[in-house]
Amino acid sequence: MSHTLAHNEVSFLEYQGKHKGIWGWLLTLDHKRIGIMYLVAILLFFFVAMTLGILMRLEMLTPGETIMKPQTYNSIFTLHGVIMVFLFIIPAIPAVFGNFILPIQIGAKDVIFPRLNLFSWYLYIIGGILAIISLFTGGGAADTGWTFYVPYSIRSAQNVSMATFAAFVLGFSSILTGINFIATIHRLRAPGMTWFRLPLFIWGLYATSWIQVLATPIIGITLALIILERMLGIGVFDPALGGDPLLYQHLFWIYSHPAVYIMILPAMGVVSEILPTFARKDVFGYKQIAISSLGIALIGYLVWGHHMFASGMSNTSRVVFSLLTFLVAIPTGVKIFNWVATLYKGSIKFSAPLYYVLAFIFIFSVGGLTGLVLGALATDVHVTDTYFVVAHFHYVMFGGMGIMFFATCHYWFPKVFGKMYNEKLAVIACTVIIIGFNILYFPMFIMGYMGMPRRYYDYLPEFQGWHVLSTVGSWILVSGIMFMFGNLFYALFKGTKAATNPWGGTTLEWRVPSPPPLENFDEIPVVTGGPYVHDKPTYIMHPSRELQHQNGGGKISQEVKSH
Amino acid sequence: MTNPIINLVDGSFIFIIAISVLLLIGVTLAMLYFCFRYSEKRNPQADQSITGNTTLEVIWTVIPLFLVLGMFFYGWEGFKVMRNIPENAMMVKVTGKMWAWSFEYENGKKSDTLLYLPYAKDVRFELHSSDVIHSFYVPAFRVKEDCVPGRTNKMWFNTSRMGEFDILCAEYCGMNHAYMLGKLRIVPEEEFNEWVNKKDTVQNTQQSQSPSVDTTKKVITDTVKLKSDTTFIRQK
Repeated sequence: MSHTLAHNEVSFLEYQGKHKGIWGWLLTLDHKRIGIMYLVAILLFFFVAMTLGILMRLEMLTPGETIMKPQTYNSIFTLHGVIMVFLFIIPAIPAVFGNFILPIQIGAKDVIFPRLNLFSWYLYIIGGILAIISLFTGGGAADTGWTFYVPYSIRSAQNVSMATFAAFVLGFSSILTGINFIATIHRLRAPGMTWFRLPLFIWGLYATSWIQVLATPIIGITLALIILERMLGIGVFDPALGGDPLLYQHLFWIYSHPAVYIMILPAMGVVSEILPTFARKDVFGYKQIAISSLGIALIGYLVWGHHMFASGMSNTSRVVFSLLTFLVAIPTGVKIFNWVATLYKGSIKFSAPLYYVLAFIFIFSVGGLTGLVLGALATDVHVTDTYFVVAHFHYVMFGGMGIMFFATCHYWFPKVFGKMYNEKLAVIACTVIIIGFNILYFPMFIMGYMGMPRRYYDYLPEFQGWHVLSTVGSWILVSGIMFMFGNLFYALFKGTKAATNPWGGTTLEWRVPSPPPLENFDEIPVVTGGPYVHDKPTYIMHPSRELQHQNGGGKISQEVKSH
Repeated sequence: MTNPIINLVDGSFIFIIAISVLLLIGVTLAMLYFCFRYSEKRNPQADQSITGNTTLEVIWTVIPLFLVLGMFFYGWEGFKVMRNIPENAMMVKVTGKMWAWSFEYENGKKSDTLLYLPYAKDVRFELHSSDVIHSFYVPAFRVKEDCVPGRTNKMWFNTSRMGEFDILCAEYCGMNHAYMLGKLRIVPEEEFNEWVNKKDTVQNTQQSQSPSVDTTKKVITDTVKLKSDTTFIRQK
């Protein structure tokens, strides 16, 4: 025991183990340090992909050539998509904050397989490096779009093989992280942490992890087949060799549609953490929110065909996929209604993370509701592959996952780094981001319905006004994002010291010091109630001392059961 | 003239958007009202007894279920019309190739980029591709279907409006995807018949070819006012 306490006298940031300096990070098995290493890498890729996005919007400012040639533009939107999807949106919340917060929230000292966890980080880095190498080798940056549709991806002279191989490697990182989280949630919950006492962030991660484990192998095989097709001409997808391009689309979306739930479920989990903290009351409809995460994961598996309503797929499957797509709206709606109801009769403390969540509820609702237009057969045929789709998935992906990533960065910032950021500046940045976001993406709905196809280097003159507006929005949005990260970065060095529980949160991470010590807890705590109970303590942090005092010891299990 | 596809697509779009806007306003107003009414100033003590309500959960599961089923059926209605291709409709074979459209009529008449159609007729299209996937998109008539190499997809619409309309490629197909444009010109039936029956004999093939190339360039450079990639033009 004294050994453990020695570890726990200093924070994980200051702790000096076997390895010193940079090796203390690169060879660490601590879930918190691995989380921060993910954060650094992911932010790097986010800034690259954001810059590419800015360049695309700049090109769209005027019809014809503004700053680049068509081939460059095609590579840039491909890279923007690949980096954002595989290197930012999918891993951001689970790999960074899942890693950091999950073990603490369930009362564990680490994830169950710390070495596998570090290995996943290295796979992520290798995948990222391969993606970068693909830009400068072979025929140059891939130009297929992030969807790699065949036969174009087989014929393209660009370095598509390397880019798909990068995504293949990243897939393994995702699978292994998923396995690690599932096993951790099953095996390492503190005594008394029953399934329905799990924080909702954990439910989100749990549902996500299952999709990662079950769906990612499919994209791995599919991308591997593209490489084989390009190198050996095996003819699985290429119709010239007897293959079927629609088979590729099915396989691609069997993964990539569930993947959008990989992206959004952890973000939804954070919404369910932030709302009860700042409303200072229990979440409304805990079980419904928890179960709806599983519902979304389950139905989300069966709706991939709605990406193919104009592909020539059979009429029967189009109708079935449309119906299933509408059903996935139900658990999503349940979540939104329960979140709004959580505010009812609360005592709301306004703070930057809460502003992001309120913005999320509005923006994500717009994204979700416009998804209904895409789920309906008649309307989808008209707007599929237009800017309407681009607007829709930026509202759900960026407006959903991206905005919640920003919220998460603020909410857990004091816990992770032990510092407080400037609240006023954070709220200003949030406002600028929300305004810029809507100016950037809302015009795309209108252009889409007018018939502006996506992935167009050039456009008809009638669209120019909307394109200019959208590009101006991108400048506002990026200013907001830079300002926001600037504020956080400044706080990293000059911020005031954060208290253990600056927000009045009720989950376990707010019961350990900021930043947490190496092994999180001196002693594994005992859980005696739900995660968002504000009026009585639901954790016994030092059971050996406290329970002995109360019950004469040995009655931990009884104490746990009685609640 | 009414066009069933346009009416059903626009109708279901308005239906879905109207319900969505109502839901969005409801959710947003409730959220803002709660934020105002239950801020820490106006309500210093949160009511800890509220943790859920089964009646509400049932209401906001069942009502949205019926709403989305309504949207599904409306969308399906439109889709049935789209897929129910009239048998007596005239047929045009559409071929997409990187990066141009070509059309072939039942009498063997061929046309590049420019699609002539008679007014007020049902027209069905057989969609082909000679290289990668393209998508034949005519926004003015709310229809789109992919041209997939190795298969023949079908679609149709009624030429209910006279005039010139854009034909776009909606499935990304490489460098000049944005320039894979065509023009749909809907003219009175007599004018169409005169055009379609003008036999291209061996002698005047050359003559009828060159206007066709001219038309291509005209469409790309004038009407569409796009700056085409120079290499692409030179290849043509």
